[in-house]
Amino acid sequence: MRTIDQTTGEILDLAAQHFKVPRASLSPQDDFFKKLGIDSLQALEMLTRLENHFGIELPDYEMQGVSDFRTLASRIQARL
Amino acid sequence: MNTFNGKSLSWKSNDSVVEVELHRAPCNEIGTEMLADLEEFAKALETLSREASAVIIHSTRPAGFCAGADLRELYRNAAPLDAAARVAGVREFLHRIHAVLNALDDSPLTTIAAVNGVCFGGGLELALACDLIVAEKMARFCFPELRLGLIPGFGGIPRLKRDLGNAVVRDLLLTGRSINAQKAAAVGLVSQVAGEGEALRVARATAAQVTKFDRATSAAAKRFLKPIPHDELRREIDLFCELFTRQAVMEGLRKFVESTDALPYLP
Repeated sequence: MRTIDQTTGEILDLAAQHFKVPRASLSPQDDFFKKLGIDSLQALEMLTRLENHFGIELPDYEMQGVSDFRTLASRIQARL
Repeated sequence: MNTFNGKSLSWKSNDSVVEVELHRAPCNEIGTEMLADLEEFAKALETLSREASAVIIHSTRPAGFCAGADLRELYRNAAPLDAAARVAGVREFLHRIHAVLNALDDSPLTTIAAVNGVCFGGGLELALACDLIVAEKMARFCFPELRLGLIPGFGGIPRLKRDLGNAVVRDLLLTGRSINAQKAAAVGLVSQVAGEGEALRVARATAAQVTKFDRATSAAAKRFLKPIPHDELRREIDLFCELFTRQAVMEGLRKFVESTDALPYLP
């Protein structure tokens, strides 16, 4: 079972890889919409990549109001 | 070689496989321009059916296969009209797109949707009119219409009910949530999951397999397996038009049009 810190770390790794930004520039508290400059379509791509990576389903309505990596990690953690 | 180059789509046909390429920016939204090209394709299907065995529909747009109806155009056209004229315009559009999708559904050819990225609303309805859906693992499927106070209007509910269990249909419709390709394959919507950028290749391999069989036998099997739910399709148009008269729908469309987000009907 992953810890919340591990899950957060994997999300940050994936986000850095997918959006081609330095991993070191991302931190758990970052607002990913602002930090990555993404729109909802790109957020959906990230959601799909996260679902595929963690092997879970995360309905997009659960992403409503979620904008930082740490909270996103807690949503994913609840489905692992 | 039979070819067509329209504003929204093009097709080319070798002896056995017709490839239809959707290429309207930003994500193949189905408005009057796309509809006109789809009608050209529907007209050509009868001729194409004499020689070919399979059709592949795919997108060259990186965002996806098709984001659905062109809601901006719908709002722009409907907003200045009174309620009766609005519904009349929508009903005419729905009859035209139903004619296209019924022709695709009814075609003796084996039809394959090769899906990348977004496959939402009317895009999913286009894919559902095909016999097989091949989806890249980054593809996403959704019927977001209830978020706008509507139901799918291009035949989505009857065709989804035809193919999937009712509980899955209710989940997709009543929550408006999107599902990924793996989930779509698990519930039976998608027949094959391909890697990123590989949907067309997988669809071509599938089409090549289809062409090995006797065309008349494939057509007979398809007719037996996949009856078109004409009564429900007609009822869907009536229900859509009934819902479309409500002011809440125009308000939802207005918010959509005024949003600058890529997919404003998602949370």
